[in-house]
Amino acid sequence: MPRATPDIPNASMADIAFLLLVFFLVTTTVANDKGLSIQLPPPPEALPPDLDIKIQERNLFKIQVNSFDNVLVEGNPYTGSSSELTDLIQKFVLNYGADPESSDNPEKAIVSYKTDRGTSHKKFIEILDAVQAAYYQIYADNAGVTVKKWLELSSDLNDPENRRLYDLGRKRRPDGTVEIPMALSIAEPTKAGGS
Amino acid sequence: MSKFKKKANVKQEIPTSSMPDVVFMLLFFFMVTTVMRDSSINVKQVLPEASQLKKLARKSLVAYIYIGEPKKTDEWGKEPKIQVNDVFIEPKDVIQWVNSEKAKLQEFERDQMTVSMKVDSDAKRGIIADVETELRKANARLVLYSTQQKRAN
Repeated sequence: MPRATPDIPNASMADIAFLLLVFFLVTTTVANDKGLSIQLPPPPEALPPDLDIKIQERNLFKIQVNSFDNVLVEGNPYTGSSSELTDLIQKFVLNYGADPESSDNPEKAIVSYKTDRGTSHKKFIEILDAVQAAYYQIYADNAGVTVKKWLELSSDLNDPENRRLYDLGRKRRPDGTVEIPMALSIAEPTKAGGS
Repeated sequence: MSKFKKKANVKQEIPTSSMPDVVFMLLFFFMVTTVMRDSSINVKQVLPEASQLKKLARKSLVAYIYIGEPKKTDEWGKEPKIQVNDVFIEPKDVIQWVNSEKAKLQEFERDQMTVSMKVDSDAKRGIIADVETELRKANARLVLYSTQQKRAN
């Protein structure tokens, strides 16, 4: 008498696997965590109360946006593109005292960015993007890499080679200070409407 | 006539015996890489576009805040609201939320926590600034404004 062969039918295995595959394909979300990173300043209470920093007018690059998303750059209405703004900021940062109206050196140069409570997030991001583009271009040029590569390497500083290029780009001095810090001051938004 | 009836000697079937293996391989790949969405987003999310994007290195260190106009406008009104996890919160509750998020992390990682702000393009600066003020107080100062890659033009 022949014994029954204990086989599991495996013709439908592919179908089952496909079913599961489709399920995971549908539920999966591709991680797209990309964006503009900034570091917020410490809370006001953490600062010493008698702190009074004097900044010369020439070392400030002022950008203001009102609730109608109109832009003022250095006090004048600005209608140019954001890439032109990037060029303006780069010129301002890398002035090294050449133009008496512009910054003394990159370490002192500060980009001051003020918005209104009614400014749209879209406009805010557009200007912030232009400011960051200016700095990243300077850094990337110093490190001798493309801007894209710079953005990649600065998100992973645990790698010693990335660290080296990062310090090279920002011109880090041996004492730990940086010659070209990204001095971006995002002020508290103004209240009612005006610019 | 017989010319046309000639059959090629080459086998015309694709071997299917390895198909389950291939499918299982794909299946395992997706099972491993998949991340289940942990909360449904109840606010409008059209992210703004920018060009200087940075990637977040470690996903486990990220906490998400969603800001935008509620999807159910008849229930919640049209003003942009702040959503964390599955609930709407007020700016004053942000500190508490940050602390609960920090508590989930290892102690040495807590100061590296990044807050990813997924803010709708049409939201106003005011509400975002309120959240930022609270984040400063809560000492969660690494912020990422989530954006899309700007298309080259």
